[in-house]
Amino acid sequence: MAPKDRKPHVSRNPDLIRGVGKYSRSKMYHKRGLWAIKAKNGGAFPKHEKQAAAAAPAEKPPKFYPADDVKKPLVNKRKARPTKLRASITPGTVLIILAGRFKGKRVVFLKQLTSGLLLVTGPFKINGVPLRRVNQSYVIATSTKVDISGVNVEKFDDKYFGKKVEKKKKKGEGEFFEAEKEEKNVLPQDKKDDQKTVDAALIAAIEAVPDLKSYLGARFSLKAGMKPHELVF
Amino acid sequence: MPFKRYVEIGRIALVNYGKDYGKLVVIVDVIDQNRALVDAPDMVRGQMNFKRLTLTDIKIDIKRVPNKKTLIAAMEAADVKSKWENSSWGRKLIVQKKRASLNDFDRFKVMLAKIKKAGVVRQELAKLKKETA
Repeated sequence: MAPKDRKPHVSRNPDLIRGVGKYSRSKMYHKRGLWAIKAKNGGAFPKHEKQAAAAAPAEKPPKFYPADDVKKPLVNKRKARPTKLRASITPGTVLIILAGRFKGKRVVFLKQLTSGLLLVTGPFKINGVPLRRVNQSYVIATSTKVDISGVNVEKFDDKYFGKKVEKKKKKGEGEFFEAEKEEKNVLPQDKKDDQKTVDAALIAAIEAVPDLKSYLGARFSLKAGMKPHELVF
Repeated sequence: MPFKRYVEIGRIALVNYGKDYGKLVVIVDVIDQNRALVDAPDMVRGQMNFKRLTLTDIKIDIKRVPNKKTLIAAMEAADVKSKWENSSWGRKLIVQKKRASLNDFDRFKVMLAKIKKAGVVRQELAKLKKETA
């Protein structure tokens, strides 16, 4: 019945204060033009037949009634979404990692993954940090930006970084004591290739700026007299 | 031993406490033993305790409580800005401000430049030492 593009209608009766309109019922009748609609329809307001209610499927009485009242869980309308990204962190920002194996390393930010973690790369050739996920809380964003337009990061997501599930071997007692775990820590070749392609475009952009390469290769540390709350990053 | 910088009308002072910290203001009148009426081109004329002011060497030629236009003209005539920026005190403040606003990357570049300069100086020193030895 209603056309698709109907704008939400603003009330023709402005509020004097909350709960009290400016115009009375009879004035509003006149304003809405109900008299005109009635006149057009021959003295009565047009109405349509009530749509017959769709026949509901016959409900059988349940077989089982629980003895005590079953509690219903409270309504939860929250949606999971990735952590809000600080305004200072945009693709191409140089970040300083504050904790973990690579603490102090200056690193280039690529994108935020759906889990909320930040995808980051050294580049590997410059400072040894591979494509890696890092939490926003353990990072200082500097105001230095690198041009990241030549890099394609579409294919990286959280699953790429997940642990590989090993197929469990059937029981074989003799195999328990052999050194089976030789191949555990080798990086698959396709991950190495991914690192190379991402870094190739990045390194070209980095070398265009003087000193940026050695900057990314150096670690950050607090020296005497540096007050972090007064430093501008 | 005797005082060289006096509180007088037209004395330029640096604000060292409060909302206008770091600004150069002109003393346009003295209110009482502790307070002065100060004015600057970019602020509303108001009172300030002398304890919040540090006197500078610069003085301009104005009458008691000039209007803003006259004040600005007098400051231009005396060239307060360039006198301040060329004085050693003014230069120090400018350097301090610059250092405080340095980026992490800028600090890295400064470090590289310092190392380079020290290397060059050391080379020259070594050469001079060799000559005299």
